[in-house]
Amino acid sequence: MNENLFTSFITPVILGLPLVTLIVLFPSLLFPTSNRLVSNRFVTLQQWMLQLVSKQMMSIHNSKGQTWALMLMSLILFIGSTNLLGLLPHSFTPTTQLSMNLGMAIPLWAGAVITGFRNKTKASLAHFLPQGTPTPLIPMLVIIETISLFIQPMALAVRLTANITAGHLLIHLIGGATLALMSISTTTALITFTILILLTILEFAVAMIQAYVFTLLVSLYLHDNT
Amino acid sequence: MASVVPLKEKKLLEVKLGELPSWILMRDFTPSGIAGAFQRGYYRYYNKYVNVKKGSIAGLSMVLAAYVFLNYCRSYKELKHERLRKYH
Repeated sequence: MNENLFTSFITPVILGLPLVTLIVLFPSLLFPTSNRLVSNRFVTLQQWMLQLVSKQMMSIHNSKGQTWALMLMSLILFIGSTNLLGLLPHSFTPTTQLSMNLGMAIPLWAGAVITGFRNKTKASLAHFLPQGTPTPLIPMLVIIETISLFIQPMALAVRLTANITAGHLLIHLIGGATLALMSISTTTALITFTILILLTILEFAVAMIQAYVFTLLVSLYLHDNT
Repeated sequence: MASVVPLKEKKLLEVKLGELPSWILMRDFTPSGIAGAFQRGYYRYYNKYVNVKKGSIAGLSMVLAAYVFLNYCRSYKELKHERLRKYH
């Protein structure tokens, strides 16, 4: 039971070759491009959705922040599609790997912070001290604000990893419990099955929400710094 | 009758069974040839099922079903032990 529970999180390697590269690249197949004015239903739906999300997310930024629109939109598409594909049976979700999420969070956060430092040095340094603090508290507060700044990328990465991994683990466990209970008591198995259905609906929501939260926070860090 | 079509230009369904090994060996296995094969396959599927006037959910579902099947094949070795058998 112990080994079975975590085998779905092992990075797939076939004959020593990294199969995980193909799995990470797979969602790009599901987003075809089209240069036509009126394209097929699939592409039209995706373009409509993308326009909705980009308008909602990029409207708060000034012109300097809006240069990040492509980056943030591809980020939310990638995380959303990878999370949703991970809900298919037997599939591998790259966003359960902390290494991948750190690789997404740290460069984006660092880019936002360094942009702020280079272009508006005084304003970004001023973020370390909230307005109106009593003078004796200042040194301690600066330390606390620095810690809270440096924890942002870690929190971004760990939040995504933990949410998706926990969801997958719960589905595995409750699914196994349903199967095991089937021969013992059908009523309990039915109750467990209902819980499984509700959990799966939750996981669909979580998949999309986590993508949204990740991108929203990066955009917030950007807004502070442009 | 017209001259016999050379082996290289025949399509797969027109190749006789005895000629099959030599036909396979004549195919283009260079990297650009393989990339071309993938591109042709992709566009064949895309133009038949997705890039149509009234595309349905079938175009996407077939891709996802193939994805699930390939992942099942990949993890068969671990799943083998979870069958309901008396002796494993």
